[in-house]
Amino acid sequence: MSGERILDVDQLTMRFGGIVAVQDLSFAAERRKITALIGPNGAGKTTVFNCITGFYKPTGGAIRLTHDDGREIALERLNDFRIAKQAKVARTFQNIRLFPGMTVLENLMVAQHNMLMRASGFTLLGLVGVPAYRDAEKRAIDLATDWLKRVSLLDRADDAAGNLAYGDQRRLEIARAMCTEPALLCLDEPAAGLNARESAALSELLLSIRNELGTSILLIEHDMSVVMEISDHIVVMDHGVKIAQGTPREVRDDPKVIAAYLGADEEEAMAVMESGS
Amino acid sequence: MTAPSTHTTKPATGIPALLKTGFINAVIALVLFSLMVGIRTEAGSEGQLTYWTRFGELASLVAAVFGGSIVIELLRQWIGPTGAEKLVPPAVQSGMSFVGRYLAPALLIFTLLVPVIFYNQRYILDLAILVLTYVMLGWGLNVVVGLAGLLDLGYVAFYAVGAYSYALLATNFGWSFWICLPLAGILAAFWGVLLGFPVLRLRGDYLAIVTLAFGEIIRLVLINWQTLTGGPNGVSGIPRPTLFGIPLNNSDEGLAAKLGIEYSPTHRIVFLFYLILALALLTNWVTIRLRRLPIGRAWEALREDEVACRALGINTTTTKLTAFATGAMFGGFAGAFFATRQGFISPESFTFQESALVLAIVVLGGMGSQLGVALAALSMIGGFELFRGLETYRMLVFGWAMVLIMIWRPRGLVGHRAPTVYLKKAQAISSDLVKEGHG
Repeated sequence: MSGERILDVDQLTMRFGGIVAVQDLSFAAERRKITALIGPNGAGKTTVFNCITGFYKPTGGAIRLTHDDGREIALERLNDFRIAKQAKVARTFQNIRLFPGMTVLENLMVAQHNMLMRASGFTLLGLVGVPAYRDAEKRAIDLATDWLKRVSLLDRADDAAGNLAYGDQRRLEIARAMCTEPALLCLDEPAAGLNARESAALSELLLSIRNELGTSILLIEHDMSVVMEISDHIVVMDHGVKIAQGTPREVRDDPKVIAAYLGADEEEAMAVMESGS
Repeated sequence: MTAPSTHTTKPATGIPALLKTGFINAVIALVLFSLMVGIRTEAGSEGQLTYWTRFGELASLVAAVFGGSIVIELLRQWIGPTGAEKLVPPAVQSGMSFVGRYLAPALLIFTLLVPVIFYNQRYILDLAILVLTYVMLGWGLNVVVGLAGLLDLGYVAFYAVGAYSYALLATNFGWSFWICLPLAGILAAFWGVLLGFPVLRLRGDYLAIVTLAFGEIIRLVLINWQTLTGGPNGVSGIPRPTLFGIPLNNSDEGLAAKLGIEYSPTHRIVFLFYLILALALLTNWVTIRLRRLPIGRAWEALREDEVACRALGINTTTTKLTAFATGAMFGGFAGAFFATRQGFISPESFTFQESALVLAIVVLGGMGSQLGVALAALSMIGGFELFRGLETYRMLVFGWAMVLIMIWRPRGLVGHRAPTVYLKKAQAISSDLVKEGHG
């Protein structure tokens, strides 16, 4: 694998009691590329995500994030909110986690919390209403408006997030993650529950994030049409271990991958492929 | 029956079902009240136990339960199982929103004029001061419970810390109220942070139990640390507040003498009234401002979804601690005011019942709503006084009123949430969407 890496996962292992969810997993994600993590249900994809984004502490292994300026951060040592704040890794959730009782715009303002906290002098200056904070808030609203335009939710800005349709909520969650201005965007099944038209719009959105903003994306996805269309690199997992990786074309033709998805032996899969071609 | 036909699952209607419900409730009432009301026991003249029966009262109570349960059942069928608000016609709704818009300013103007209107009615002025104290406590607790969604059952602890801070500093060092007031707030905030640290990992019911215990610990320390707090005897002779050094008494140095007007004890009451009003409005102003700042939005986001907050890089630990500290600080201010108003404080004033009352005000008002909390404090404290004529039945009527309000408005008097920022138009968010928080 060539090119500049943003994320290096090295020998990652995660155990829950006696169960090994992820075993010695190593892969890398390249900068300004879309890397997909795929595999059948229960393969351990979301566990890998939770390790990268700090929700789990890995049992073993290293996760290294390299920033644009060459700064390296060991993600397995940071915990909790610091991964989002300091390492600039943003994520979305498999079951959408918006702030349903807040408006769409407020959701995007909360995402810019750390920037706004600094601008408000950790609340004290903001309380007396210094102009510097008002400017910062205006910039934050501008950034939010910009993202609302990109995900075509501008006319819903003042509606409660909980009132949005399912597909709109998915897009809002991506916009909210992007409002933290991340270096690496981790998406956990962004196309789940979307119809064909919405999936196509999602693919377009993710490609524009990569091409126009140069944000690196790591995604878990079951919708193969999305994965095959937009991924630059695919890592396939099954039962907690990596079984294949490569370009979409390489992965699609890999008998091990087909076997994992069909739940059959490698030989049977080979037979299926041969009879099909 | 003219029950709305849109509901698919209707309770059994008709006269037999009504009678059956009423009968069951009457039997339960008979069993309960036969011992509680039907037989009255008392110590006789020579210490022996005497008792007599009161079947008349028992029968009337059971009859009231029978009739009442039929009325409630009829009301329930008329309103429908859920969605009571949907039956409110649009005209009434627009009328209510009109009232809602002008209610807060009208209330504020009325409050400012209370000492003018009721100048000669000491009882009403005292009651108004009491109501305003609870408005302030409610607004303070609203930061913790309503905005950050952290269920705090020990809020009275901070009220006590504020009161004892002022009482002890003023009686031991002779410091003035205006120096002690910020100190009382800071000390209470400090205790808020101390409480916050151990309970950060707890959520929901567990958090409630620990905060409840914390409130009791503070009270027990106040009772038992006799050398400092005077134990159950409390602290007396707490100095009255002064108007920037000018006392409000009948001396030559007093305000009345300086202004050349005749002294009246009401001056001090009016002064206390405006003092607590100013403190309460300060609490309100700070809370409204904080809601529009990133910290306030983070509190509300924390109430909505803590995991999402962490994924967005929000430090949930400091966010929770600031909520505890801010709420505690306002409790401390209110405590200092309580001490200077009473002139005497003892641990008796800081029991769990106070915490429960303030929490009830916040819940009844609608969690997070400033106007709702003010209205709830007015109806809970003022309403309680209103029923004074009912004597022993006061608690009963009061409890009934609360139950009825919570049935009809389960999310409080003002349940909807106002957004903190908007692009085109601020739209109120329905209470169905707003989360209560789980710790």
